[in-house]
Amino acid sequence: MAIPNYAGPGERTWIWTYRFICALIFLFLIFPIIVIIPLSFNAEPYFTFTPEMMGLDPEGYSLRWYDALFGSSEWMASIRNSFIISISSTIIATTLGTLAALGLSRRDMPARNFITALLISPMIVPLIITAAALFSFYARLDLANTFFAIIMSHVVLGTPFVVITVTAALSSFDEQLIRASRSMGAGKFTTFFKVILPLLLPGVIAGGLFAFITSLDEVVVVLFLAGPEQTPITVRMFSGLREEISPTILALASVLVAMSICLLATMELIRRRGERLRGMTPG
Amino acid sequence: MQTIKRCTLAAAVSAFALTAGSAMAETDSLTIVSWGGAYSDSQNRAYDEPFEEKTGIEIVHEDKAAQGLAGIRSQVEAGSVTWDLVDMLQSEAQRACDEGLVMEIPHDEWLADAPDGTPASEDFIAGTLGDCFVPQILYATMFAYNDEAFPGAKPQTIADVWDTETFPGTRALQNIPQKNLEWALIADGVDPSEVYDVLATKEGQDRAFAKLDELRDSIIWWSEGAQPPQMLADEEAVIATAYNGRIFNAQVNENQPFTIMWDGQMFEVDGWVVPVDNDADIEAIKEYLNFATDSQRLADQAKYIAYAPARSSSVPLVSTHADTGVDMKPHMPTAPENFQNAVQFSPEFWADYGDALEERFSAWLAQ
Amino acid sequence: MTQATMDQPAAPENGDGELTTADGTPLAVSLRRSHAQARRRAFFLVLPLLAFLLITFLAPIATMMTRSVQNYEVADYLPHTTEAIDGWDGTGIPDEAVFAAMAEDVRIGAENRTIGRVAARINREIPGVRSQMMGTARHIDEMTPPWKEAFIAEDEGWANPEFWRLVKRETRTLTPIYYLLSFDFEYDSHGSIVERPEEYQVYRLMFVRTAWMSLLITTLCIVLGYPVAYMLANLPLRYSNLLMILVLLPFWTSLLVRTSAWIVLLQQQGVVNDTLVWLGIIADDGRMRMIYNQIGTIVAMTHILLPFMILPLYSVMKTIPKSYMRAARSMGASPLRGFVSVYMPLTVPGLAAGVLLVFILAIGYYITPALVGGDTGIFISNMIARSMQGSTAELKLALALSTILLVAVLIFYWLFNKLVGVDRLKFG
Repeated sequence: MAIPNYAGPGERTWIWTYRFICALIFLFLIFPIIVIIPLSFNAEPYFTFTPEMMGLDPEGYSLRWYDALFGSSEWMASIRNSFIISISSTIIATTLGTLAALGLSRRDMPARNFITALLISPMIVPLIITAAALFSFYARLDLANTFFAIIMSHVVLGTPFVVITVTAALSSFDEQLIRASRSMGAGKFTTFFKVILPLLLPGVIAGGLFAFITSLDEVVVVLFLAGPEQTPITVRMFSGLREEISPTILALASVLVAMSICLLATMELIRRRGERLRGMTPG
Repeated sequence: MQTIKRCTLAAAVSAFALTAGSAMAETDSLTIVSWGGAYSDSQNRAYDEPFEEKTGIEIVHEDKAAQGLAGIRSQVEAGSVTWDLVDMLQSEAQRACDEGLVMEIPHDEWLADAPDGTPASEDFIAGTLGDCFVPQILYATMFAYNDEAFPGAKPQTIADVWDTETFPGTRALQNIPQKNLEWALIADGVDPSEVYDVLATKEGQDRAFAKLDELRDSIIWWSEGAQPPQMLADEEAVIATAYNGRIFNAQVNENQPFTIMWDGQMFEVDGWVVPVDNDADIEAIKEYLNFATDSQRLADQAKYIAYAPARSSSVPLVSTHADTGVDMKPHMPTAPENFQNAVQFSPEFWADYGDALEERFSAWLAQ
Repeated sequence: MTQATMDQPAAPENGDGELTTADGTPLAVSLRRSHAQARRRAFFLVLPLLAFLLITFLAPIATMMTRSVQNYEVADYLPHTTEAIDGWDGTGIPDEAVFAAMAEDVRIGAENRTIGRVAARINREIPGVRSQMMGTARHIDEMTPPWKEAFIAEDEGWANPEFWRLVKRETRTLTPIYYLLSFDFEYDSHGSIVERPEEYQVYRLMFVRTAWMSLLITTLCIVLGYPVAYMLANLPLRYSNLLMILVLLPFWTSLLVRTSAWIVLLQQQGVVNDTLVWLGIIADDGRMRMIYNQIGTIVAMTHILLPFMILPLYSVMKTIPKSYMRAARSMGASPLRGFVSVYMPLTVPGLAAGVLLVFILAIGYYITPALVGGDTGIFISNMIARSMQGSTAELKLALALSTILLVAVLIFYWLFNKLVGVDRLKFG
């Protein structure tokens, strides 16, 4: 985006205007996420900046909402439930999704396009429909209000992301590496664990992280399926947002943003490592 | 050796299970569906906790009463009923009973007599017991306002709510047709005793919607009971319809400058139903119902929330607010000075006309 | 491996000059066999997930949808009436035989406590029938034949020809009524299809509103996403990686977190209104209502879906060589013209992917409109969710609306697959 040296004054003005517009759009993207963090330290039960906060008066800030969050057995139970659900569903979704992606990337896969479309469909079917269908399905099996049903439902919702990312990782996979490995005397297993897996791993982990965040963030299905014993944080947040909005929700939101930043950093590290492995260092 | 060990282990386990079984009732927990928030708290303190202490049966709470009827229906249809008792409005309970989704309750056999020996069927306020329904409380939905919004004259009547000239500002109403249509007709001059006859006709319905139209631009809508006090406190609305218990809570616990306008309050009862084919022990359910709806327990509930007990014999037992010591009697919707212009909400009418009016209301709302 | 076999210079031949493999099988057969084996192997890898989704996702949805045409209430709970009314010609009110059958059904229904289910079904179309049937059921044991007189004496509603025509019509166990209602049509009392009275029309409006709000959100995403994607694709990698974080962080942040952020920002006592009041742009009592209406839904959803536009655009733009634009310029095209006639056409695949993805996700959205949409900023999904909590008839209406929504989504998904290809979908 450097300004070309042949640019005239009109074009220069335009480029600066353009940069300014882009800056505003970036602000639109990031500001709402950043703004809740200081608000979560509000000493008052308000959803806005108090005069004390604006004056950077330490009195205006407090950790009371974090206390309320981490000191509440209900919130802590929900956090625990969320992690039970997300981690279990991620493991299953990643396994099933990776296997499927391995199959889909084979040259001989029959009806590839149709099957891919089917496997990705949970991502595009409106959640309210999925939720209602899954609820009546599991209720009929007497499994509504169980972790099993919720985890299985989240596997359904998470696998498309695994399939997409692993398939993408496989599409840039150089099959010659396998032949090279085999010709140098490596067995099938050695080749798989020493060559294929390390190259595939970034895609698998990325897919897993997507499945994890999808499950952690999912509201509609758990609204239908979760009983009091399984209530995850999203259900509590959703009813909190509908009823009385307390800054405790902002404290939780800030924690979740911090977690997203960690996940994003992990993704970035994986991506760089993947690029290095394939010999495509950036820059 | 191995087998013997296993046998003794199994014996030990089953022995343990036996002792555990005899120590507790056959069902060791009941799943109870209620409204959450301050209301569930009041139930918890007035009878759930004492019940757990008395019987050792654990009470598991689920705050899904807002989807009570749909929830029971889908559980019964799916043949997997996990809810043992559900807190419901009388109108919903009527529908559930008609459809055979909840058990019929032999009142005098299951429920406790009044302290003076009056059988339950004569002790509950007339017309509130249903074939499948045991009421706990009588509550009012009415208008309340923020004093600070009206430094001069205060709104006094339903008609004043529609008078946006004298009392400017936003009104918060619940996003359902129930009660709003009745109030619209009352504001339009219909006598409260004739409201339901008028509302049963096409002309009456048109009239009610036309009256709501007048106010349309000044209305924001709420869906959950906790919202109206918050809307009044945040000054998002100056007048709001609300449940009287919620406003009481804001007045007493949060010192909010709210006033309840008792004129045209609509009262209704709320109580228990028992879904058919539930997986709990029927004896445990009976024991809970008997305990939780006896005269003392219902009077106790009024210590925690400003709803009136549904039993006549509980009324003299109502005392002071547990946390603040406020005398609860004048805050009851049934207190004589509050009850003068009260309108009884008709569950029968809404069971008949609910589907049609709800559809029309949501069409009106979406315009 | 097949490739390698073919390339072998001295392949063995059998007597007929056919190519064979080492063990003497004709090459074509062997190839076919190994090909089939490879297909099977690939398919077996996909099978676990495919079977899992078929059983726990696709089948439940299909089963649920079939309920939207089911109409068993009258036939199941009024079996005798169903049989007796078959011979009635539909004029006036039926004769004693039909009433006697109804009496039998009501008696059984009162005993089994199932009469309320059919009463609720008919009450949906003729309000008041519920009281009529329930009241009669309560007294059925005290009533005596002739049933026709007894019933009409009990409740005038039994003399309503409209009621009987409805019962006769609804004895069929499959019905399109919920689909008619979904488009604001209904049956009149003579069974012909008519538009519903204006004050009851809502679903067409909601479908149209869902579509235009989704379109508006998609357009906003293009307007905001295109320049940003262009910048990201044309900056040196060092900078673009950094700026990319600003796109990816929202993408990775919880939907509920982002929605609560917009509530914080836009509510009347929120950050934006406070700032405007503080700046003196608006008065304290003139605070703007920017949430719990269409504005709230549009702003929050644009924010939430924007990364789905930027990412596919970016990945396409990154592959367009910069020399193209320089070439256009050197041939005398103005910057604008070069951009519009050279660059933009090349970004169409990315644009198509972004537009379809955002639009598909938008029309099915539930959570954000439910939280910030108030009464005018909600989508058809929210109507569906509301109806799902109503009576059985409401539930079936919800399922009919769901089916229509699902078909719409699937059409766009098919289009997406046709134009973009599901296998081209990528994130990050």
